[in-house]
Amino acid sequence: MAADRIDVRHVAKLARLALTDAEVTLYGAQLGNLLQFVDEMSELDTESVAATAQVVETRNVVREDAVRPCLTREAALAGAPQTQAGFFRVPKIIAAE
Amino acid sequence: MDVRTASAREIARSVNARERSAAEVAEAYIPHAQTTDREIGAYLTLTPELMREHAARVDARVAAGESLPLAGVPIAIKDNMALRGTRTTCGSKILENWIAPYTGTAVERLLAAGGLPIGKTNMDEFAMGSSCENSALGVTRNPYDLERVPGGSSGGSAAAVGACHATLSLGSDTGGSIREPAAFCNVVGFKPTYGRVSRYGLIAFASSLDQIGPFARTVEDAALAYDAIAGHDPMDATSLALPLETTADALRTDLRGLRVGIVKEFATAGLGAQIDACYTAAYADLEKLGAELVEVELPTAKYGLATYYLIAPAECSSNLARFDGVRYGLRVDGADIGEMYEKTRAAGFGPEVKRRILIGTYALSSGYYDAYYVKAQKARTRIAADFARAFEKCDLIASPAASTPAFGFNAKSDPVAMYLMDYYTIPVSLAGLPSLSVPCGAVVPEGGSVPMPLGLQLASPLFTERLLLGAAHAYERATLHAAKLPLPELVK
Repeated sequence: MAADRIDVRHVAKLARLALTDAEVTLYGAQLGNLLQFVDEMSELDTESVAATAQVVETRNVVREDAVRPCLTREAALAGAPQTQAGFFRVPKIIAAE
Repeated sequence: MDVRTASAREIARSVNARERSAAEVAEAYIPHAQTTDREIGAYLTLTPELMREHAARVDARVAAGESLPLAGVPIAIKDNMALRGTRTTCGSKILENWIAPYTGTAVERLLAAGGLPIGKTNMDEFAMGSSCENSALGVTRNPYDLERVPGGSSGGSAAAVGACHATLSLGSDTGGSIREPAAFCNVVGFKPTYGRVSRYGLIAFASSLDQIGPFARTVEDAALAYDAIAGHDPMDATSLALPLETTADALRTDLRGLRVGIVKEFATAGLGAQIDACYTAAYADLEKLGAELVEVELPTAKYGLATYYLIAPAECSSNLARFDGVRYGLRVDGADIGEMYEKTRAAGFGPEVKRRILIGTYALSSGYYDAYYVKAQKARTRIAADFARAFEKCDLIASPAASTPAFGFNAKSDPVAMYLMDYYTIPVSLAGLPSLSVPCGAVVPEGGSVPMPLGLQLASPLFTERLLLGAAHAYERATLHAAKLPLPELVK
């Protein structure tokens, strides 16, 4: 688990985060340090160990498929930056041919 | 009795006995929080009207013959918990003006138990930090020394209770965010077993670690608050469907018959003579109370930070994907939706949140997933197994809550130096264990002029909150460390 150099621009693209050039330099250095720091984990033997996603064992949780009270449409839309006719309004998603 | 320094138990008793009204309690706190809190900055939003409304409701219920466990008790709420009709910011610009449309379960339960919501408290942005300095919306100061941080991420909730600007508060703890600020602000901070308290209405940071818990000035008050908020909730599928065990009736006066583990790898000699002496004395006090001290080993605990700083950012990068400028919060327009996402998130998130999103996205990305994320999840298994083995030899584990007392502003400019603050709390969080910090003394830090509090962390096996709070109460009553520090000037 070598501390690879992070391609910060690529990762930022995956994370949908616009970065300035200064941020790319700063975070690149800081994340490199952090990766070096977490690298110590590689010396820990985990060969025959199961991964833990969550410590307290929980089986599949099911519930009755019943209609219950919930937020009104108005309340659910009230915090949105832009709405139109009872929907969230977003910029155009499908590019013109 | 000064209602501002009174315990939750005493306030509830007197309101239930109709010796004073909840309305009187509210009026005693509101001006205080509105004026002296300006110095501390514990609150991002005060809710005086809502507090009066709830006080009237509590008084009506008490008049109708009800007895409420937290009748008239002023409660501050960390600003990552939804409270209907109130600004809920997570200390972030991206949610600066977001009004919660519903109330989360833990908050709802405190209010149903008679609590009065006094305000929403400052925090490191999205609970990522150990000093509150990562808040985008305000500065919170330590009530014991205004030139020092209150700890974090639940710094506002800790400072509010430490400064007597609230009787109880709610915080959330992912890697130490209740226990470290509790230690810094001379209060009790309690993180229950993962899953004991519903996370419904808690804005997620790292879902497999996040847990809500109380701050209080006494262990007994923390137990009362826990008893009110704990228990299964159908709205949170990870909340435990176990029979509810109350804790306020399990408080002990001694530790006879208990074995307390002192962790070999957590030796305090390296923390400086003053701090070392403080913890040595704390362990000796546990022994004086009848506990048998045993040495235990946690050989994988030193990998806790590395493990945590992969798992928590990975979960954060996934959880914070929802902040995209569509359904809530800030939007910055762009030429197309992709640019809108990128600009919104660039403008809305601060540096620490960006760092964690980047590291988490990297650890989850194709080619690195197994080497980083899965490796960390396996390391987590080993750390939890070490605790399980240690608990074959002891009932409780004692350690420092943090390696130093509260530090000054801008003292930790290197992110990794800040991460090291949570060295003792993070392994416990990875194992999901219940744990708390209780005041255990004070030292004058280097460059400081007044003594600053230290916290003793106690941790116990999964689901043993009764044992943990019971034992902490015995230690607190026997030592009374919190009361030995003079209340901050501002409180008088």
